[in-house]
Amino acid sequence: MSDHPTGIKRWLFTTNHKDIGTMYLWFAFTMLFVGGAMAMVIRAELFEPGMQVVNPNFFNMMTTLHGLIMVFGAIMPAMVGFANWQVPLMIGAPDMALPRMNNWSFWILPFAAIMLVAPMFMGGDFMDGQGPAFGWTFYEPLSGQYDKLAFFIFAVHLLGFSSIMGAINIIATILNMRAPGMTLMKMPLFVWTWLITAFLLIAVMPVLAGVVTMMLTDKYFGTSFFDAAGGGDPVLFQHVFWFFGHPEVYIMILPAFGIVSQIIPTFARKPLFGYASMVYATAAIAFLSFIVWAHHMFTVGMPAAGELYFMYATVMIAVPTAVKVFNWTATMWKGSMTFEVPMLWAIAFVFLFTIGGFTGLMLGVVPVDFQYHDTYFVVAHFHYVLVTGALFAIIGGVYYWMPKWTGNMFDITLAKWHFWVSTISVNILFFPQHFLGLAGMPRRIPDYALQFAEFNQISSIGAFIFGGTQLLFLYIIIKCIKGGDKVSDEVWEDAKGLEWEVPSPAPYHTHVTPPTVK
Amino acid sequence: MSASHITKKLSVLLGLLLVPGIALADYALNMTQGVTEISKDIYDLHQLVMWICTVAGILVFTVMIYSLINHRKSKGAVAAQFHESATVEVVWTVIPLVILVAIAVPATGVLLDIEDPSKSDVTIQVTGWQWKWQYNYRDEDLSFFSNLSSDSNEARQLGADPSLMAKADNYLLNVDKPIVVPVNKKVRLLITSNDVIHAWWVPEFAVKRDAVPGFINESHFTATKTGIYRGQCAELCGKDHGFMPIVVKVVEQAEYNNWLKTEKAAIAAAAGDSNKTFSHDELMAKGEAVYKANCAACHQADGSGGGPFPGLVGSKLVTTGSIEDHLKLIIAGKGIMPPFGAQLSDADIAAVTTYERNAWGNNTGDTVQPAAAKAAR
Repeated sequence: MSDHPTGIKRWLFTTNHKDIGTMYLWFAFTMLFVGGAMAMVIRAELFEPGMQVVNPNFFNMMTTLHGLIMVFGAIMPAMVGFANWQVPLMIGAPDMALPRMNNWSFWILPFAAIMLVAPMFMGGDFMDGQGPAFGWTFYEPLSGQYDKLAFFIFAVHLLGFSSIMGAINIIATILNMRAPGMTLMKMPLFVWTWLITAFLLIAVMPVLAGVVTMMLTDKYFGTSFFDAAGGGDPVLFQHVFWFFGHPEVYIMILPAFGIVSQIIPTFARKPLFGYASMVYATAAIAFLSFIVWAHHMFTVGMPAAGELYFMYATVMIAVPTAVKVFNWTATMWKGSMTFEVPMLWAIAFVFLFTIGGFTGLMLGVVPVDFQYHDTYFVVAHFHYVLVTGALFAIIGGVYYWMPKWTGNMFDITLAKWHFWVSTISVNILFFPQHFLGLAGMPRRIPDYALQFAEFNQISSIGAFIFGGTQLLFLYIIIKCIKGGDKVSDEVWEDAKGLEWEVPSPAPYHTHVTPPTVK
Repeated sequence: MSASHITKKLSVLLGLLLVPGIALADYALNMTQGVTEISKDIYDLHQLVMWICTVAGILVFTVMIYSLINHRKSKGAVAAQFHESATVEVVWTVIPLVILVAIAVPATGVLLDIEDPSKSDVTIQVTGWQWKWQYNYRDEDLSFFSNLSSDSNEARQLGADPSLMAKADNYLLNVDKPIVVPVNKKVRLLITSNDVIHAWWVPEFAVKRDAVPGFINESHFTATKTGIYRGQCAELCGKDHGFMPIVVKVVEQAEYNNWLKTEKAAIAAAAGDSNKTFSHDELMAKGEAVYKANCAACHQADGSGGGPFPGLVGSKLVTTGSIEDHLKLIIAGKGIMPPFGAQLSDADIAAVTTYERNAWGNNTGDTVQPAAAKAAR
């Protein structure tokens, strides 16, 4: 069975979904530390009022690259890594439907990341780096002032290619390669959320490619899509960007919903409550994500009718999202719960994601958004959704499936430390940012008025603890790969699903003959 | 070590961390109520939505916590196997819907008030520049720039003496020239930009509107209390986005009228400046002020430059180059340096040119008069 190349060739040429999934996850983890290091620079500069660490342009470069790297380098590739490992295991397929394309879609990523970050190291002094410094949303005309825009644009194009190919592969796999008896409505929820996410990716990645191509021709070929002086419209950029950007938010969170929906039933020892309504709620959120984009730009000067429409549509998202939270709660209700490490992360996810959901509802109400918009209140909101939401689900997923991947149980004591320190520090980090925003601190500023000093300092302390704690996660993972208590095939007591029926560690090829699902 | 043990230890640690801070600081926890009817409406709406969320959160979290405590295997709980209920699903779809309607109705009312700039008393055009604001009183023929005040500007430089921050008046939230508006009068704002997108935000007025190049956005406020109100640019606009504050002085109508009169008189007095001849010292003094307000952000107060911004100390253009080329560069800009011709008067340009050619040991001895600036345009 192990007739594959060894050494570096194994990883360069592999078409095995497990190898590729592993590479995606390691890439994402590396990017998590790169983007995280940038967050540490941001929080160090904001630790005290005044400019101590970096100059304003470098600070803007940090916020820009932190956002881009976390979104496109950490969260999305981690989710694709899970899809690669788990979708074939969970639907009883031997591999992904398009294994060579799978290899290609991964290997594009490191080059895209290098191209994105490279300009940071151009320019004489390190502090004079020429990296992008216009925010991860790269609004025109500011981004058009950037000298090395072509690097950025081609990096985004490469990331888009990779995502689209990954999405096509996942759809092809799920629709064509399920084991006999695995009907769509019997699929594990993680598979469902990824199927819907993959359609979102195929729909919006070309829009992102379109908008950066318009930027490219504006900058280098004399067009004026976004230049008012040439008859264009800078606001058009924002409409096109957010038509991509809002579904993008759900691309990051829907698979997280899926992971949590796998973990909670296992440790509540009770089937997921409202499976069908979970599927419909996921689809409803995906649909709504296409018709609410302009709520990111309420202050841009839209007609009142437009603002009202986008407000109504936006707050509607609270309904399917609430349904999901209620379903998870009902799954736990009258269960027989134990609190293994993955369950801890999943429960923290439900609590803290809900807080992010509530602030999202508040932000959707246009008149009050005029006060919240572009302040730290927004920063707090999307970090609750993306860190304690998407990232917590990813970490929970790693703890849930890592014993299956390695055959070893991780160090439970250390993992609990990892959980508790992370969960407490992440709240010290992000909760005070709500207050900063309400008190009037704009986002993306390298220095602030003295009245914001205390909460910034608390937030920075939380950030340093939270950031440092993730090194413990790295140690736990390496330790688990190297050895540990051997786990059974089932791993978790009475866990349900095809992935728990294959041996631990999962052999290089699984489900070579399809299992039958009753 | 058990999880609860760890939590206890951490909470003690956390407590120690926070207590001295709480004792020292005045922590603003909530949104300002502001000084306009609309800002108060927005505050009320914020309170309503926040309390709805808080109550809903407490209800859901209570159920979850009850379940986490009671439905655990270690307590002998046996898992029930129910996993669907159409009734329950319908109920918890409808309840959020009803709550949303309860939020949307008052929100719609407030929004329609906000979007009605009609019947205004004063109209001010606000133009965002990298990185300053320009105000143009449309009916008064009065226009000026508003820059970060020089004491804040000095204190915010990388590695500046930290004591400068405390000495600066309202660090980062003060300008050299605030706008003045009358109390209880509806002020209409026409907001636009000269370069990239900015956003004009004063929390006390609950006005935040993007300044988009090539387009004009409308907004308005009616301040009901005299005082000084401060805000900042809210949309990332490049390097010095954090350093273009807004200061609005709300005064009684009579004081406003006086202010207008004084400003107009100053403009009339300055109008003759481009035909005047100044002494070298006058030009140096004026030039230093113009330099600090317009040039120091990039070229630094000591002319040393940095990164993509060339130093002016001993620079070829500034010391041995022709005065005319020097003037033209300031007027027309070059590369990332914006053109200053439209922002600065002939006298300002002449003064700053004189300053640059003689400050920091450049000592060319040149004196540049406004007439030369006028000719270089």
